[in-house]
Parts: sequence; C-alpha cells; structure tokens
Amino acid sequence: MIRGIIKKKATRFHEMNILLVLIVLIISLALINNRFLSFGNITNLLRSTSMIGVVAIGMTFVIISGGIDLSVGSVLALSSVIAAKLMVSGMPIFLSIIISLASGILAGLLMGIIIYEARVPPFIVTLAGLSVFRGIAMLLTGAKKVVGLPENFANFAVIRVFGLPGMAIVWLLIIVIGVIMARYTVFGRNIYAIGSNPEAARLSGINIRASIYKVYAFCGFTSAVAGILMAARLCGGSPSAGSGYELDAIAAVVLGGTSLTGGIGGVFGTFFGTMIIATISNGGNIMGVNPFVLEIVIGVLIVIAVVFDHLQKNK
Amino acid sequence: MVSERKEIIRMERISKQFPGVTALDGVNFQIYKGQIHGIVGENGAGKSTLIKILTGALQPSSGNIFVDGKKVIISNPIIAQNLQIGAVYQDLTVAKDLTVAENFFLGQIPKNRFGFIDWKKMVQKTAAVLRELNIEVDPNMILEKLTAAQKEMVLIAKQYFKQYRVVIFDEPTALLTSKDTEELFRIIKKLKKEGVGIIYISHRIEEVFEICDTVTVLRDGKRITCIPISETDIDGLISRMVGRNIDDMYSIIHQHLNKEVLRVENLSKTGVFKNINFTVNHGEIFGLFGLVNSGTTKIARAIYGADRFDQGSIYVDSKNIRITSPSIAVANGIGFLPEDKKTEGLAVKLSVRHNINLSSYSNISRMGFVNGKLENQNARQQIKSLRIRTPSAEQIVINLSGGNQQKVVLAKWLVNQCKIFIFEEPTAGIDVGAKEEIYKILELLIKKGSAIVMISSYLPELMGIADRITVVYEGTQMGALSRNEFDEKRLLQLASGVI
Repeated sequence: MIRGIIKKKATRFHEMNILLVLIVLIISLALINNRFLSFGNITNLLRSTSMIGVVAIGMTFVIISGGIDLSVGSVLALSSVIAAKLMVSGMPIFLSIIISLASGILAGLLMGIIIYEARVPPFIVTLAGLSVFRGIAMLLTGAKKVVGLPENFANFAVIRVFGLPGMAIVWLLIIVIGVIMARYTVFGRNIYAIGSNPEAARLSGINIRASIYKVYAFCGFTSAVAGILMAARLCGGSPSAGSGYELDAIAAVVLGGTSLTGGIGGVFGTFFGTMIIATISNGGNIMGVNPFVLEIVIGVLIVIAVVFDHLQKNK
Repeated sequence: MVSERKEIIRMERISKQFPGVTALDGVNFQIYKGQIHGIVGENGAGKSTLIKILTGALQPSSGNIFVDGKKVIISNPIIAQNLQIGAVYQDLTVAKDLTVAENFFLGQIPKNRFGFIDWKKMVQKTAAVLRELNIEVDPNMILEKLTAAQKEMVLIAKQYFKQYRVVIFDEPTALLTSKDTEELFRIIKKLKKEGVGIIYISHRIEEVFEICDTVTVLRDGKRITCIPISETDIDGLISRMVGRNIDDMYSIIHQHLNKEVLRVENLSKTGVFKNINFTVNHGEIFGLFGLVNSGTTKIARAIYGADRFDQGSIYVDSKNIRITSPSIAVANGIGFLPEDKKTEGLAVKLSVRHNINLSSYSNISRMGFVNGKLENQNARQQIKSLRIRTPSAEQIVINLSGGNQQKVVLAKWLVNQCKIFIFEEPTAGIDVGAKEEIYKILELLIKKGSAIVMISSYLPELMGIADRITVVYEGTQMGALSRNEFDEKRLLQLASGVI
C-alpha cells in the first residue's frame, strides 16, 4: 500500500459504503435506461455537477474543522460577477480570473478572521456573509446578468481535454488538491485535530488562528473557482447564481460521511456524495420522474446514510 | 442534648470497589436533625464516593442506607431528591436561563383560575423565602446573571424552600470571597436551626472548625474516626488524615544536575496568584502542591501560555521568553499534560498515530508536507516503548482504556522532545498498575535531563517522587521544602495557610 493512504478506519469504511451505493446506483440506472451511460449524458452530468462539486470540497474542510460555511453560494456569485465585469471591461482573462479568485479568498479570510478573533459562531458569521456577499454582487450588477464575455472564456464551458469536459477537469484538480491537503499536509492534520477537540489542539501548540483563517480562505477559494466555472457556463456573471448551494454542498458532505461535529471525514467521501445526489437527479430526469419526488428521495437518503453511520459506529 | 438527637440518615458498612481500587471500605456514617457534619480527608480518601452514593450517582458494592430507620436503595439522583436529600453542587433542576422564581417552582408552576401561570404568587413566595434567609436577590433575576456567590445562595434557598432534610455542601466556599463565606455560614446555621441535617465537605480545615459540630475523617476509603469537633484541633485532625506508608511504588532514581532550565520570576495574575518565584533544574522533578483552587493549576497554565498572566517573566535556559500562547511554549521545548486528558489532551476521534504526533508536525514536515515515514515511525516507537495497548497505530483513541489514553498524551510530548514537562495530576483516574508505569516514564525523562514540573493534590505521590515541593495557598507561595525536609503534616499545614 502506498504510505499515506493510511486513514481513519471509520472514514474509509464509510467511503467504501458510499462508493458501493454510487456504483449500484449507476449500474441500475444504466440497466433501466440505456441513455444514462451515453457519452453525452455522462459529460453533461459531470459538467453540470462540477460547480457544486468544487464548492463541496471547500465545505468539507470547513466542516471537518468543526465549522460551517453558509456563504458559499453568495461568494460564488460575487466572484462570478467580478470575473465577468473585469473581462467585459477589457481586462485580460487570466488576470480577471486571478482577481476573482483573490476576492473569493478574501471573502473567506474575512469571515475566518471574525470567527476566530471575535469568537462568533461560524454559523452566524457565514449567515451574515451569505447576505452581505449576495448583496454586494447585486449592487455591482444592478441585479442584472453581466453579459458580453470574451468568446475565448465562454468556450471553456464546452472545451474538452482527452474527451473530458474542461469543467470536470477543474473539479478533478480541486479534488486532487483537497486530497493532498487532507492527507499529506500539516494544515490537514491540524484541521482534523481542531475539529476533533479545539482545546486539546490549542494545548498541543497548534496555531488555531492560522488554521481557521486558512480553512475559510480555502472555502472562499473553492467558491470562487465554482463562480468562474459558473460564469463560463452561463456565458455571463449572474448575481443570483449559486443560491441554495450552501445546503446542497452540506448535503453532499454529510452524505459522504463527514461528521457535522467535526474531526471526521474526507474529500473522496464528499466526491461520492456529490455524485450520488447528481446521479439521482440526472437519472430521474431521464426516466421522467417528477423532480419533486427526487428531492424527497435525496432527503431520505441523507437521513439513512447518517443513521446507518451511527449504527455502525455504536456497534 | 444527645438523647434528643433524631437520626435522619444512617449509612452502614458502605463499600465501593472500582476496577483495581477500593474507594470505600466498610464506612459508617450518620447524620442527625440539625447537625452540621464535616467530612475531611485527603484526595482519594473516599469523600466524593461516599457523597455520590448518598445522592444516587453511584451504587455501593455492599452496605445499607437507612432513612428514618427504613432501608432505602438510592438507585438514581431523582430518588435522592424524592427522599429530600439535596446537594448544592448538583441540583438537577436548575435552568440557568430562567428567573430565580421560575427555578424555585420548576416542575410545579402555580396556575391561576384561568389556567395561566400565576406569576404573582410565584414571585411573592420566592421573595418570602429569600427574605427569610436574608438573601438579597431579586426573584425576577435570570439565574445566569447572578454572581457565583448569589447563585450558590439561591440554590441553597431553593433546597430550603423544597424543605430538603439533608443538604450536602461539597467545597462550597471554593468560589466565594471571605465575606460571601460568612454569608454562607449564616445561612447554613439558619438551616441547622430549622432541623436540616448538613453534610459539609471542605479542604479548608479551619472552616470545618468554624461551622461543624461533628467531623468524620476518611483515609484510604476507611473511616478513621468520627468525633465531636470540640474534642480535637487542627493538628489532631491533620494527623488523623495523614499516616499512611509511602509505598515503594515511588522508588525512582533521582538525578542531581545543577543546571537551571526554567526560571519563573514574580509571576502574578490579579486575584489568582501573586509573586510566584521558582527555578527548576535539568533532571529535577519539581512539585507544586496546593489544595483545591489554591492556584497551582493556574500557575502552570500561565507558564505554558494556556492562560494569560499580568506580570512576571519566564526564562528557559536563562533566556527570557514571552509566552503568550501554547504554540510559543511548545516551540521553546515546554510540554503540558493537562489534568482532564479527554477534554484537553486528546483528539479522541482521531487515531493513535495522529494524536502522538499532534504537537510535532512542524518538526516532521517540510514546506507544510508531513513526512509520513517519520510520522509512522514516531507512533510505532512510542507504542512500543510506552507499551500502549492498542491493536494498531490507526486505532481511534476513544477506544483505548483510560491508562492507555494517558500514555498517548504522554507520548505526544515524548515525541516532541521537550526539555520541560508540566504535568497536571498525571495519575488522576488511572489504576495502580498504570500509575507505576507512569512513574517509570518520569524516571526515564529525568534520566535524559528533562525537567518535570508536577502539579498534584495527592500528597503521598508528590512526596514520593518530587525532589522539591513548593506549596501554594490562595495563590501565594507558602514555602518550599526539599526532599530531606518532606513532612506530610507540615506540607498540609502550609497548604491550609498555617505558617
């Protein structure tokens, strides 16, 4: 075994379970409807899921640290319109993306600072962030979509690399970064420790301040990445994009086995969780199932997953 | 007078065994109407166990309890409350976000003829009780907003209001100023006059003499004596509390290196401790002894940067270091083993490997990337040398036994290669076998030249292994004794504020 794949047993166990569910789901959908596994459908599925997928990776770290980030959808929208406005104003694409990412990191960092320094619960600070950043996005755009993006940028939404959609490649990249951070870095180790027991972490000499700053900044970063993907996909910066993403991301994280009380969880789990939710919606749509029924199914699945997890742990 | 005494509770031959420890061994205890009965003894003597059995928090292994001469089984705290036995520290029916009056009537809120809450009656009755006890608290105040002293008074008043027949005070003055203590004693005396039986537990011997009629001395789970307070004095009581043979469990090889590693100068924190001065040498075990709330823990936490202090300087290897957070202390080679391992020492949801390396990641990483090989090596090495009983390094810590968890916390600091270890009650709550192993580890540490600052309220242990002991009473250094001057009685006197 590659050293470093050593992980907490419980998480690995859960990840295997959830992967199994995903595989069973994909096989049964493929058997029921041959359109599901078609190349066009799969690439479409990956492309449309990539944004929430990216957001969920940042959310995973925040939740492992014992926090929560409700502002992800709003930060996404803000970064999205910032990128769009800069490009429309004639700034080079690359530079616009960098500034947009920086704005996302800054938004996250700001919340991290307030959470740590003022000891305000993350729920409250990021709830305020949800409101504030959405408001800024609306103000910047007059609540209208920013259109007229350079063609080169908009093309990114349809670009393919080795047959995979470019957006899915970005998602994959974020997953790889996430896995490396969680498993191989001091930051990752510290985030798990803080989420498991903040006082023990502090008394072990871990720099809590830096860790909290970083984890919210990283979540802001992933929201901004998703915001840029969104701008490409929508061919413009929409100030109302990403609303409700916070709950979808939390759902994917929890379904993936990350504990809302912190300290337990992982990036692969979140990936599988995201894919399960996306597959159910997509498969259901193909089969013409009422989308409201699908929402109920997803809700029930989350509860089952968590209950099952608890039963396993208490055995 | 004696003939009029009416017994309320009689505990007969109460024993309690924990795995590896006999906490109580055939203890008899009675409480009469209008009696204030003190219980004294060192830490681990069995005071808390006895009280926990009386309040239903623990079940005795053998022995009987009689209330009004009738045998009862107090299988849970609710039964104790129904028997009108109350303890001030553990009132189950306190809602801190409600008003004083609401708390008095919790569970039996009076209603008016329309079926609504009769606020007027509630407040009036509560006010009457408070007035009767001369407690100046507004019945409409939210409980949480009261001072610690007021809260305590209100809790006592509530027990009076509920007409409890026995009220237990466990270290009631720990958080009180001397003025508040006077106030408390006044109320206790009032309860006594009403015929309430009072059990009074305190580390402060002088208080026991001030308030109690009778005193029971426990030592190593046995009742040593039960005598009227008038027939003894402070010295007599302390001699009865002491008097144990120090086991050869503590026989460790001491080091004598005369090279200073830690110096604390004029460390002060307003209202907590003042002008603390000491030096610790390489290879030395330095004991910091004090009774409950004496400030020893606070001093240790300040040195480690876990709490702030107001004044003073700390020198490590003669270099002045401003320690404002634990991470600075760790960077300077100071490790801290907190008393409450589960809440302060361990990340219990994480693996043994992760916990062992918790404070060392900056040493085993480059550019923020952890060297997995070293990490595993650290874990394996510690598991082996400390004989941590775990199926693998990947085991989640919560699944280990208390003694093994303790070793994991220790391992964390051994990996970090600290030169100064601050140990707070390192053997609290672990069995005898594990204790011995811990002492062996301490021996190994000083052999390597590390210094140990050990905080313990368990005197025999401290006397057994420390090279020097400094005694702290109410945040003041009372004196220091070196190994050849150790005298249990003298140390206890210093810790009780007797010079």
